[in-house]
Amino acid sequence: MRMNGADAILRSLEAEGVDVVFGLPGGAILPTYDAFARGTTIRHVLARHEQGAGHMAEGYARASGRVGVAIATSGPGATNLVTPIADAWMDSTPLVCITGQVRSQLIGTDAFQECDITGITIPVVKHSWLVSDVQEIPQVIRAAFHVARTGRCGPVLVDVPRDIQEAELEFEYPSAVDLPGWRPPRRGHPRQIREAATVIADARRPILYVGGGVLNADACDELRELAEVGRLPVVTTLMAKGAFPESHALHFGLPGMHGPKWSNWALNKADVVVAVGARFDDRVTGKLSAFAPGATVVHLDIDAAEIDKLRHADVPVVGPLKDVLAALGRELAGLRRDGATTTWLTEIAGWREQFPLRYGSGGMLKPQAVIEALQALTAGSDVVWTTGVGQHQMWAMQYLQCDAPRSFITSGGLGTMGYGIPAAVGAKAARPDATVICVDGDGCFQMTCQELATSVLEGLPIVVVLVNNGHLGMVRQWQDMFFGERFSHVNLTHHVPDYAALADAYGAKGLVVDDEDGLAPALEEALGCGRTAVVDCRVDPEEHCFPMIPAGASALELVEYPADDEEVVTA
Amino acid sequence: MKHCLSVLVENRPGALTRITTMFARRGFNIDSLAVGPTERHDISRITLTVDADEHSLAQIQKQMHKLVNVLRITELPPGERLERELALFKVAAPPERRAELTALRDVFAVRVVDVGGDALVFEICATPEEVDAFEELVRPHGIKEVVRTGRVALGRASTVSSPRAQLVLH
Repeated sequence: MRMNGADAILRSLEAEGVDVVFGLPGGAILPTYDAFARGTTIRHVLARHEQGAGHMAEGYARASGRVGVAIATSGPGATNLVTPIADAWMDSTPLVCITGQVRSQLIGTDAFQECDITGITIPVVKHSWLVSDVQEIPQVIRAAFHVARTGRCGPVLVDVPRDIQEAELEFEYPSAVDLPGWRPPRRGHPRQIREAATVIADARRPILYVGGGVLNADACDELRELAEVGRLPVVTTLMAKGAFPESHALHFGLPGMHGPKWSNWALNKADVVVAVGARFDDRVTGKLSAFAPGATVVHLDIDAAEIDKLRHADVPVVGPLKDVLAALGRELAGLRRDGATTTWLTEIAGWREQFPLRYGSGGMLKPQAVIEALQALTAGSDVVWTTGVGQHQMWAMQYLQCDAPRSFITSGGLGTMGYGIPAAVGAKAARPDATVICVDGDGCFQMTCQELATSVLEGLPIVVVLVNNGHLGMVRQWQDMFFGERFSHVNLTHHVPDYAALADAYGAKGLVVDDEDGLAPALEEALGCGRTAVVDCRVDPEEHCFPMIPAGASALELVEYPADDEEVVTA
Repeated sequence: MKHCLSVLVENRPGALTRITTMFARRGFNIDSLAVGPTERHDISRITLTVDADEHSLAQIQKQMHKLVNVLRITELPPGERLERELALFKVAAPPERRAELTALRDVFAVRVVDVGGDALVFEICATPEEVDAFEELVRPHGIKEVVRTGRVALGRASTVSSPRAQLVLH
């Protein structure tokens, strides 16, 4: 079929089964937007900033398990996508970004809105293409989706000069990709899997250390099967929250800098650590040499480069986790000894009893109380959570209970403030029947709140619960704890902007809460209103996020909530 | 420890940049790098010399392997490779020293490819170590300019498909 390059882009996206894309038009991508106007089955969600479009595509991908698509113009449109691309790179989120580029003959001349976006993004994409011939479009887009979602998931970029979008081709969508250098592992080595099963079966204190790779591999059922077969305790990282039901008897929290003592101790004292799609990130390990110091490490991952990157793997298994976990579960079933882990499970449960999460009461509304109220109000319902980055994110991690995969969407690796609102809009597009709640901070909110307009006008209602402590709270906490209480440029104030009024101005519902009594009614109203809503919860700026393992320290140096500070509430 | 990697890549724009950017980003050093065409027009061969311990070398290979344009990575151990480097040396050569300098041709496989009023240009094609030795030899005479291509290497004909020389990742 004869068509121009722009139409070929849309026909290719349709052929990939894309139902929603997120974008913002501009000069160099105009022909493609003209193709949207001529007709497509794809829904286009108009963002207010390209960074928003990128995070929406990420939120969509993480909520749905499909590839997210973001579209932007050349130059500043493309550079505004760099943060979401880097974010998707760090968190292995499958993302296809399509950018317009100046006309081919103008490339390299510093033309208006020209920038070398393929060059800029090289360190943070799996691959990128600058399309130089219109005939390549179908093959390139086919390859782009294939690379984004196979192997370790991640972002790719397709840069299309304007004249290429306008040139004509005979369109045919290829049935196969031609990528001789792209050969992700297809299966784990059976001998390695048997070896892993033996090591786990012989362990006295084994633990499954589960990362986001399990979600990308769609291997949550296989993980659960493995844990239950071996009666293995499970800790899930921030990226894997929800990959294993948090209400399950074998789940023991989230390890890391702000994880509870029992989760960190369990890893520290384990004799076998089974890392499953996890990458020994410094926010989980703390001081690497003191992380699980006595443990034999079994490392299961789709990415061979993660093996031995930070921690030596005694038994590495490289392959797709769905198959690897299933095979490991079968092997372990034949080797297990009933009750082998009972003492160990009891020990960890004992630490959980002994060292519960705690926070203070009295004075201003406590941020933790906001999250606890949210958890209580939404328990049992179909909720997708997103967050920004900072204290509120850590409290959300600590106090929300996620039992379903893909129900907690956050920026883990890059730590992108402002991720929450656009990611929530994208998640709502992917999961329209779910309640989508963004737990945000006041600093994060101000970085991407323009996407409230997108939420309101595109009919993608989200509830933003603003944990407003008037500060860049996590920075404030570090200045308080590690910089001699010298607070430097962290005060944002509780009242500028007036968040509820701003929500109103965007056509959303704005609510303010400043005490515990008002909390539940306001949250209920926001959750029940059926519209985009912002609940401005004005909380105590003095409240720190505990427990905390200081950067570079070991799990045993975990700092708990200072007990003598105030009256203590046990969560 | 120095390692020699022979990398086959698709001959596509940006393929080399993707490799060098990966090295820079992850803090690995490239000692020497040479790129050229192969027997196939769509494939280029990159010869890399890296100074790395075994752990870093494994990371380098695995990270490179993930690049879409990279087709094959082969480590060439010292005893199993043929290697050459081409270099041009412009050496100060006043008339009274010229005979002494040109006599170096008897020791090294070098050619004098240009003669000026006060300088000679030597061409040497040899192993990088021999090129180093030649450089030391002419240094006292005064080296005005040097250009070296960097090491190129191939597995020996007798070991081209030796499993030891070929590193296949998953």
